[in-house]
Amino acid sequence: MARSLITIPTNIMRGEIIDIRVLIQHPMETGYRRGSDGAMLARNLIRQFRCEVAGDDKNRVVIFQAALHAAIAANPYVSFPFRVDNNGTLFFNWVGDNGFTHTETRALTVR
Amino acid sequence: MKQAALFIAAWLVIAPAFAADTRQTGYHYMRAETRALQDNAAENPAMLWVEEGRALWNKNAANGKSCAGCHGEASTAMRGVAARYPAYSSSAKRPINLAQQINSCRTTKQKSSALALDDQTLLSIEGYVAHQSRGLPISPPTDKRLNAARTLGEKLFHQRIGQLDLSCKDCHTDNAGKSLAGNPIPEAHPTGYPLYRLEWQTVGSLQRRLRNCMVGVRAEPYAAGSKEMVALEVYLAARARGMKIESPAVRP
Repeated sequence: MARSLITIPTNIMRGEIIDIRVLIQHPMETGYRRGSDGAMLARNLIRQFRCEVAGDDKNRVVIFQAALHAAIAANPYVSFPFRVDNNGTLFFNWVGDNGFTHTETRALTVR
Repeated sequence: MKQAALFIAAWLVIAPAFAADTRQTGYHYMRAETRALQDNAAENPAMLWVEEGRALWNKNAANGKSCAGCHGEASTAMRGVAARYPAYSSSAKRPINLAQQINSCRTTKQKSSALALDDQTLLSIEGYVAHQSRGLPISPPTDKRLNAARTLGEKLFHQRIGQLDLSCKDCHTDNAGKSLAGNPIPEAHPTGYPLYRLEWQTVGSLQRRLRNCMVGVRAEPYAAGSKEMVALEVYLAARARGMKIESPAVRP
């Protein structure tokens, strides 16, 4: 089971550029390593991270997307800026090997 | 002459009381980037384990009992608890560390199975409990029943082991602050456990760290949870008395 930490500033002004910071628990096994028994460890990576935003019209727009690879450390941390013009909802989605998928939702409120 | 000798003798007794505490945790020897990782809860990867521990704290076992069911709110009930471990367990009749205490609660109160000391579930609960003591000084109990373990721990700390014939003291007391293969040697104060090591890419226990050092000097490590491992923990806690807990720490 994956657990994630999503940090979004509170008290956002309309038009403000905020930093969205996300961290997810994942081993990011490269597939190039051997275990203590000498056998290859199967690759187990998060392949894609995507953040979408939806306003009142419920249309989702991708605001950030990243392809992750073997050289990225375990428990990958991603931070990106976003200009908040309206209230809305953020959708975070991680997709990886072995059918891994994790989704989180956060509300965005401007003042 | 006699007066001078008396003066020196008196100074030797009094001086340590005035001497400034020069002990430093591993944090002091880290680079700014690693410090930032530890200080910022949004970036500290160990917080993922702490959050997991929070969920487990409130989760009922098969018999309907949760940690919170007996202890209540962790922020008050567990504040300062990690600072007092290892402690003497009357039921086990030996000193036990925090992870072993959690296991004891699991088996006796929750009627559940004991977890391996390096199990991620156990580390999550331990991390959550230890996090409640962040900022508090390490205050090992003055329990006389811990004396034997502390003496054993001190002996093991100073005992040369392995093919490299090194003791803990050789590096962590005599050469602390210098570097070993490009990495600074810390003073071995267990203030941040369980902690996230970048080398491990995960959260690990103090015993895992001790095992790493033992393998490093090519000695056979003591078994997890053994008398010797816990004795070392007891001694290290006494040695770090008064230093502030940083759990969950990040180390290179």
